[in-house]
Amino acid sequence: MADTKKELFLIPIFRRNPIALLVLGVCSALAVTGQMITAFVMSICVMLVVAFSSMTISLVRTQIPSSVRIGLQITVIATLVIMVDQILKAYAFELSKQLSIYVGLIITNCIVMGRAEGYAMNNTPISSFIDGIGNGLGYGFILMSVSFVRELLGAGTLFGYEVLPLTSNGGWYVRNGLLVLPASAFFLIALLIWLLRSLDPEQQEKN
Amino acid sequence: MAKDSIFRSYYTVLLLALVCSALIAVTAVGLRPQQESNRLQDRRKNILYAAGLYEKGKNIDELFAPIETRYIELATGLYLSAEQLDSKSKPKGRVLESEEDIAGLHLLEQYSPVYLVKQNGKLSQIILPVRGKGLWSTMYAYVAIDSDLTTIRGISFYEHGETPGLGGEIENRKWQEGWQGKKLYTPDGGMELRVIKGTAEATGDKRLYQIDGLSGATLTAKGVSKLMEFWFGEHGFKPYLLQLKNRDKSNG
Repeated sequence: MADTKKELFLIPIFRRNPIALLVLGVCSALAVTGQMITAFVMSICVMLVVAFSSMTISLVRTQIPSSVRIGLQITVIATLVIMVDQILKAYAFELSKQLSIYVGLIITNCIVMGRAEGYAMNNTPISSFIDGIGNGLGYGFILMSVSFVRELLGAGTLFGYEVLPLTSNGGWYVRNGLLVLPASAFFLIALLIWLLRSLDPEQQEKN
Repeated sequence: MAKDSIFRSYYTVLLLALVCSALIAVTAVGLRPQQESNRLQDRRKNILYAAGLYEKGKNIDELFAPIETRYIELATGLYLSAEQLDSKSKPKGRVLESEEDIAGLHLLEQYSPVYLVKQNGKLSQIILPVRGKGLWSTMYAYVAIDSDLTTIRGISFYEHGETPGLGGEIENRKWQEGWQGKKLYTPDGGMELRVIKGTAEATGDKRLYQIDGLSGATLTAKGVSKLMEFWFGEHGFKPYLLQLKNRDKSNG
């Protein structure tokens, strides 16, 4: 791969989005997109974990024997995730209560391991770090888009601020109950994939 | 990539595991005081919430200041004096028999804190910590009861691991508001309060003892009923509440 640093950073956001093109990490995209604030914090956490795990793994890539590499990658990722979880509990307690188990589940987020195994094992630490940030942003872009629609139409709020007054609070907007449920994210992600692949036909799979 | 050899695999894994566990240990220990204080704040907030005294944006410590924390011995219902508290700083609990243990606690502590809210020198509310098994997890809550010792003023579940969206709805403030004004005991002293299936009746005597059910969370709701039954029964706070009642009478 002969990507320049800028391309490394930008490509994963639209042209090779980890969720939309590679369809990785969808599980957490369903779970935490009910509210924008949780989606935002989750995106930041994932971005930091991908970036630092890729960098660490890339730093020691010449020392890792290939027979145990997956185990080592998971160890590095798990360490970073636990550290992020601990920091959230110390400095953002309310949010950590809302995100509950999902922060811990970043360990199993396929994007993190996908980047470690697919990129960091063969590239320099700095490129790996930028690649990680880019992929984290790509993940965050999808999460924020999905949670924008879900929170706005499902709860009438954005980042917790009332935008559409709900009928249950004396307003005029009847909330869409489907969008409150995690399954609705499936439809929204599918629509986003459709949109991205129509804008950039290169992403379409050839049959 | 490095060459494979059995020795090399072992020592790389060991080294990495060592570095990682050291990192985690440092973070966990270093951040513990901060996390503990967050947890304490969160509990205080929930105590205030149960009592209906929580005001958004106000300092929690300030709001909590007028609330008096006392410790009682569960079996007798008597307050502990300061010396008793010191001498028995780490009291042992007792293991519950399986037929007593309807809330799935296993171990019942000897002492429990109670939080008293006073107004003009008179007791106006008592906030009691309760817990019990739901479907997956132990659920923790504070229950605020009125000075008549049977009317619920509020409840606040603050820690649990029930299914988000189903059993997790015990966290829902709207549902918790449905507890206000319900009664624990019937006039003849039986513990009657239950979480039922469907919505509580709008009229009739029974409605005072019914809490709206949670759809899709039968086992969590059952757990909530059981924990209320346990904590307001013989092994829970009933002896304490009886003590309070008798004291009231003797005071005239």
